[in-house]
Amino acid sequence: MTRSVRRTRTLQVAGAGAAALLALSACSSSDDSSDSSSSPSAAASGASSQKLSGTVTVFAAASLKESFTTLGKEFEQQHPGTKVSFNFGGSDTLAASITSGAPADVFAAASAKTMKIVTDKGDAVGTPATFVRNQLEIATLPGNPDKIASLKDLTKSGLKVVLCDKTVPCGAAAQKALTASDLKLTPASYEQDVKSALTKVELKEADAAVVYKTDVHAAGDKVEGVEFPESAKAVNDYPITLLKDAGNATAAKAFIELVKSAEGQKVLNQAGFLKP
Amino acid sequence: MKTLARTGRDGAVTPRSGARRRRAARGVPLPLLVPALAGLAFLLLPLLALLIRAPWRTLPDHLTSTEVWQALQLSLVSATAATAVSLVLGVPLAWLLARTDFPGRGFVRALVTLPLVLPPVVGGVALLLALGRNGVVGQWLDSWFGITLPFTTAGVVVAEAFVAMPFLVISVEGTLRAADPRYEEAATTLGASRFTAFRRVTLPLIAPGIAAGAVLAWARALGEFGATITFAGNFPGRTQTMPLAVYLALQDDPAAAIALSLVLLAVSIAVLAGLRDRWMTASS
Amino acid sequence: MTHTDETPAGVRAEDVPGEGLDARLVVARGAFRLDVALTARPGEVVALLGPNGAGKTTALRALAGLSPLTAGHLRLDGAALDRTPPEARPVGVVFQDYLLFPHLSALDNVAFGPRCQGASRTEARARAAEWLARMGLTDHAGAKPRRLSGGQAQRVALARALATRPRLLLLDEPLAALDARTRLEVRAQLRRHLAEFEAVAVLVTHDPLDAMVLADRLVVVEHGRVVQEGAPADIARRPRTDYIAQLVGLNLYRGQAEGHRVRLEAGPAVATTEELSGPAFVAFPPSAVTLHRDRPAAGSARNLWRCEVAGLETHGDQIRADLTGELALAADLTTVAAAELGLHPGAEVWAAVKAAQTHAYPA
Repeated sequence: MTRSVRRTRTLQVAGAGAAALLALSACSSSDDSSDSSSSPSAAASGASSQKLSGTVTVFAAASLKESFTTLGKEFEQQHPGTKVSFNFGGSDTLAASITSGAPADVFAAASAKTMKIVTDKGDAVGTPATFVRNQLEIATLPGNPDKIASLKDLTKSGLKVVLCDKTVPCGAAAQKALTASDLKLTPASYEQDVKSALTKVELKEADAAVVYKTDVHAAGDKVEGVEFPESAKAVNDYPITLLKDAGNATAAKAFIELVKSAEGQKVLNQAGFLKP
Repeated sequence: MKTLARTGRDGAVTPRSGARRRRAARGVPLPLLVPALAGLAFLLLPLLALLIRAPWRTLPDHLTSTEVWQALQLSLVSATAATAVSLVLGVPLAWLLARTDFPGRGFVRALVTLPLVLPPVVGGVALLLALGRNGVVGQWLDSWFGITLPFTTAGVVVAEAFVAMPFLVISVEGTLRAADPRYEEAATTLGASRFTAFRRVTLPLIAPGIAAGAVLAWARALGEFGATITFAGNFPGRTQTMPLAVYLALQDDPAAAIALSLVLLAVSIAVLAGLRDRWMTASS
Repeated sequence: MTHTDETPAGVRAEDVPGEGLDARLVVARGAFRLDVALTARPGEVVALLGPNGAGKTTALRALAGLSPLTAGHLRLDGAALDRTPPEARPVGVVFQDYLLFPHLSALDNVAFGPRCQGASRTEARARAAEWLARMGLTDHAGAKPRRLSGGQAQRVALARALATRPRLLLLDEPLAALDARTRLEVRAQLRRHLAEFEAVAVLVTHDPLDAMVLADRLVVVEHGRVVQEGAPADIARRPRTDYIAQLVGLNLYRGQAEGHRVRLEAGPAVATTEELSGPAFVAFPPSAVTLHRDRPAAGSARNLWRCEVAGLETHGDQIRADLTGELALAADLTTVAAAELGLHPGAEVWAAVKAAQTHAYPA
C-alpha cells in the first residue's frame, strides 16, 4: 500500500490532476481522432495487418475468467507466436497491484470505480472503454423452493439472504437496487465477494443471494437465477484499458479489439454479460 | 530409575530444578545475535510500517463509529469463548494423546494438527459441510434442536475454536509429555482416582503450559478471518469480527482498515502482555 | 535357593494366619521376568535388597498396583488385591525422589490422601497436621516442597504415605536422594518411625547398610529371583551369592567339602575348621588375608595362594587389594603394610588365610 493510504483526499485531488494532465497529453497526441474509443480501434486495425508476437499480460476481474480464457486462446490462434497470460482476481486487488507497479499490458475491471484507481494514478493510456455490463440477478436454490420472483420477495421473514458487502461492487450494486426500490433488507451476512455469496447458496446455507447474472450462469444448475426488474437500476460497467507501462502495446491493443469485436461480445454474452 | 529431584548445595531437594540461573547478558555469540536481531526486525518492520503510515489525523473519526466498537467487542467475546471451548475440549484431548496408548495415536495426533495446515477458508467450507444447515451433522442439529450455526455468533466461536484449538492441544500435550507422570501415580497410591489425580495434581502442574496454550489459542482466534467469514458470514454486531471489518474496509477505505488494525493490535498487545505477566511468571 | 513354591522357608506368616502380606509377584516384561515370593507379618520390616536391574522396583510397583501382575497372587490381611486398582489398595508408597506435589504445601501434600479417602478439608488438614507434628515438621507445614531440605522432604513423604493409614507401606530407595551427611540422621529417624509402624513395611534398596539397619528381614533379589532371605545377621554371616558376599565384604567361594577341606570349583582347595561333606560355601573377610612378598612357611592349618595384584583401592586408613591368580580374592591391609610390601598393580604376592578364620557352611 502506498501513499493512497495516508491521505486519501489529497491523493484524489492529485490523481484528478494527473488524469487531467493525461487527458491533455492524450488529446495532443491523438488530436486527429475525435472519438477516443475509435482511436484504439484505428490503431488495432492498423496493427492487425502487421505481425504480432510476444506475451500480452492481462489483469482481469475474476468474473471474466471463463470468457477471457476462451478469448485468449482464440487470440493466440489468430496470431501465432503470441501468448496471452492472465491474472484474474478481485478488481480492487488488481488495481492496487497495477498502481504498485505490477507489469501488465491490459486491465479489465468489474467496475468504473476500480478502474478509476488506475486512471487516477495515471497508469492507463487513454480513456477506458466499457466493453460489457453485468446485471444483478437473484440466485436461489435449485427449483426455487421459496418461490422468489422479485427483489421484494427477499424481504420475507424467515428467508436467509446473503448480499455482498457494500464495499465490493456487487454489494454496492445490490444496495443501489434496494434503495431505488425503497426496500429494506436485513441479510444473514454481507459476504466478502460475489463468489462467497454464491457459495452460501450452493451449499444451501442461504436461501438466496443477490449476485451477478454471470455468476449464476457460471454456477450451472447448482443455483437457479431469478431476474428482477430493479436490476436495471444497478448495472455494472466493465471498463478495459491499455496500460501505460505496457511492454507489448501493439499486441495488447489487438487483444482489446478482440474483446470489443462482435466475436468477443458473442463469447461474453454466452457467459451472461450484457452488451455495453 | 530416573531421579528428578536434585540435591542442592544446602541439602534441599529441588524437584524440576528450582535453581533459576541469571541469563548471561554478556557474550552472545555473533552467529546467534545477528540472525536474532534480523528476525526481530523482520517481525516488527511491518508493524512499524503500519504505525508510520497510520492515518493519525483521521484516527479519532475512524474509531468513534459504533461499528468499530461492535466488531471489537464481538472479537474479544468470541475469541474468549473460543478459547474456553478449546480449553474444555482441548485439555482432555491433550491428556488422551500424552498419557494413554491406543492404536493409531500418532495418526490421531496428526489429524489434530490438521487445522493448522488447512487454509482457514477451506476450514470454513469444511465446517459448513459438517455443521451447516445442510451439513452432515448440521442438518440433524437443525431438524432436532432447531440449531443452525452459520450466520450466528455461535458460528463465529465454532470457526475460531476449530482453528485455534490445535495450538492449545499441541502446547498442552507438550507440557504433559514433559511433566513427570509419576506424580499421577503418586496420587493414585494416595487413593486418588485417575480423574482426581488429573484434576488435583496434573492440572496444577501443567498450568503454565495450559496458560501458554490458551494465550496462543486466544491470539489465533482473535486474528481468525478465513474460517470465520466462510462459516459464519459477515454481519455487523453478530458475526463481523475485527479482522472481517478490517478486510472489508480494505476494499474501499484502506485508511479505515489501518485504523481498525491498530485498534486490534493495541488491544491484543495489552491483553497478551497482561496475561503473560500474570500467568507465565506466577507459575514458574 | 529360589522359591517357586508359594510358602518359602523361613517365613513366619503362619504365626498370625491371614494377617500381613502374602504375595507371589510375577511380572514379565520383554526378556525380563520377575518371580518373587514375599510374605511378611504385621509390624515386620522387609527389605528387598539387590543390584540395579534386579527387579526390586518392579516388585514394589506390582505391590502398589502401578504395574499389573502377569501371574501370581497378592493378599494383604487375607484380602486379595491382585485386581484392585492402586487407588483402592490400602498401600502407601514413599517414592525414591518423594514425588511431593510441588504446587501443594507440606500440609496439603499430607492431607491429600485423607481428602481422597473422603475426609473433609478441615478433617484432612487436622490429620495431616498431626502427622507432621509426629515427624517434627510442624514449623514447615506451610512450606512448598522446594523449600524443604532433603531430610524434611523425606519425612513429609513418609507422613503423606502414613496418613492414608496403609496396611502395607512401601519405600523405594528411601535414602538414595540424600547426601551422606543427612543420610545418617534420616536413617535413624526412619528406623524409629518404621519401628512404630504396626502394619507391613517393604523397603527396596541397593544399599546393604540401609537394609541391615532398617529391616527385620532381608530378601535378596537378583535377576528377578529371590536368591537368599533371612535375618540381616544370618545373611551377613552366610552369604550365598557373590553379590551378597561383596555387599557384606566377604570373599565367598563354592565347592565340594571333604572333611576339613573344601575343593573349590575355581581350582584350589581351602582348609577349614568346620567338618562338612557335599556342596558347601567357604567365606572369609578380606581382613583375614595376610600378604607376603616371599613364600612363607606353610602350616597345616594355613591356606597359601600365589596371586597377582589386579588393583588397589583406599578405604579410610585401609587399603583393599584385589588379587587374581590361583584364587581371586580381596585382601585388606594397612597403608604402612602396603608400602612395606611395595604393592603395585601387577606385583606378585603370596596370600595366606588361617583356616580358623574361614567359615564353611552347606550350600
